[in-house]
Amino acid sequence: MKSTKFTPARHLTKEEIDRKWWEVGDYFRRNSLWMLMYCTGCCAIELPPAMTSAYDMERLGMGPMATPRQADILLVSGYLSLKTLRRLIYTYEQMSEPRYVVGLGSCPINGGIYHDSHAVINQLDQYIPVDTYVAGCMPNTESVMNGFVDLMEQIKNKTAVGWKKYKDNYEWYRKNQIAALGEVDIHDEFHE
Amino acid sequence: MVLNILIGIGVALFGFILQTSVAGVNRKIIARVQKRYGPRWYQEFLDIFKLLSKRSVTHGWIFDFGVIMALGGIIATAMFMPITSTILAFQNYDNFFIFVYLLAVGMLGMAMSASGSGNPFASIGVMRALTTMLAYEVPFMIIVLTIINLSGTSSLSGIALYQQATGNNIFLIALPLGGIVAVLSLMGMLGKKPFETYIAPAEIASGPMVEYGGKQLGMLFIMHEITVFIEVSLFVHLFLGGATNIFEFLIKYFLTYTAVNLISNVNGRLKIDQVVVFFYKWPLFLAIIQAVIAIYFGWVI
Repeated sequence: MKSTKFTPARHLTKEEIDRKWWEVGDYFRRNSLWMLMYCTGCCAIELPPAMTSAYDMERLGMGPMATPRQADILLVSGYLSLKTLRRLIYTYEQMSEPRYVVGLGSCPINGGIYHDSHAVINQLDQYIPVDTYVAGCMPNTESVMNGFVDLMEQIKNKTAVGWKKYKDNYEWYRKNQIAALGEVDIHDEFHE
Repeated sequence: MVLNILIGIGVALFGFILQTSVAGVNRKIIARVQKRYGPRWYQEFLDIFKLLSKRSVTHGWIFDFGVIMALGGIIATAMFMPITSTILAFQNYDNFFIFVYLLAVGMLGMAMSASGSGNPFASIGVMRALTTMLAYEVPFMIIVLTIINLSGTSSLSGIALYQQATGNNIFLIALPLGGIVAVLSLMGMLGKKPFETYIAPAEIASGPMVEYGGKQLGMLFIMHEITVFIEVSLFVHLFLGGATNIFEFLIKYFLTYTAVNLISNVNGRLKIDQVVVFFYKWPLFLAIIQAVIAIYFGWVI
């Protein structure tokens, strides 16, 4: 027979409460991902069919946003020259946390067809943390959508922690950025 | 008094939940118009709570204070809104001019906060928003003053009761030219597509909202939903004869917002000078003709 005595309530520690709230936040975050599209390469052509009636990204709660402050995902589609890398780092650092990065195509993974160019970086992961890659040159639209669903799974499993990695290993990322660019924050009349 | 304030806060909360749901359903309707599947109907709630769950940066205390002022001002405005003739927080304080004045508090809070961010796009957006306001308010005011002249009262529930009286048509039918002007002005107020110049995501990067992210943007979204609730409810009370019960109000509200949204989504965007010229040309002309034939000739259907 079951005891009629009440078991004493178990008090949650502060970490457990924080974790529970974070899980609640993760539910909202993964169901409403807003993208900032950094379209530098040819893979950007796969995004119009993903957004319009063929694949309809909005049914997953995703949508394009106008500025980095409002966005959750930084979508890097295609190769990054050294000039655009600096702007990409500015953009990434402007986004509000938690922020995620999706690399589209083979150029952010290993340089793609531009791997031997002096003006193009080969691995994006050296400069900013990337959560999901969509491989292919270029990836078709199904795999682009699949990449976003993968990112949602990662947020659910708490493995999309690129923004934490960037904070913890900031020195390392900064060293790589300086090695590639010489100077990350430029001080002249156009950047003040 | 405490009970009145509680009812007022309830009205504001009701407006927020109603408009957020209706906006979500409308996103689905628009998706179907564009042959897409569309998001879930509660997507707008997810968006707002996600924004509130994010970390955000600040650009100085004016930036933060302006957001709070905007949200507080809009909630204070919504507290005066009658839902039906009987559900009304503050009896005798539902005057049309109270809404005109109090809406400005929220708008100015947002303008102050956006300017405080220091981004030039935000300043351009605020300037465009105020210019658009200047454009649509003149014809809208002429029509509303005609209505006040005809019904002899400026209280929203009084105007609604006047239209519900036997023998009187609702003002959308009684003043057909004025009805057209009112729909156009409502689209300007809501920032719907032909008059969307101050948001313009592709042109000035969403205008006043350009520097907002995280919690501040979430609060602005809540503010925006309540503002839309106030503006559509004003239209329902002034031109559609208010409501005798809450279901009638819900139906009228949903139909008004959906119709405006459908018109909006088959239109492109005008430039800011085109918006001003448009409002000062046809709606102003129609509004003056309507006022003259309604007040001096007494021709009311």
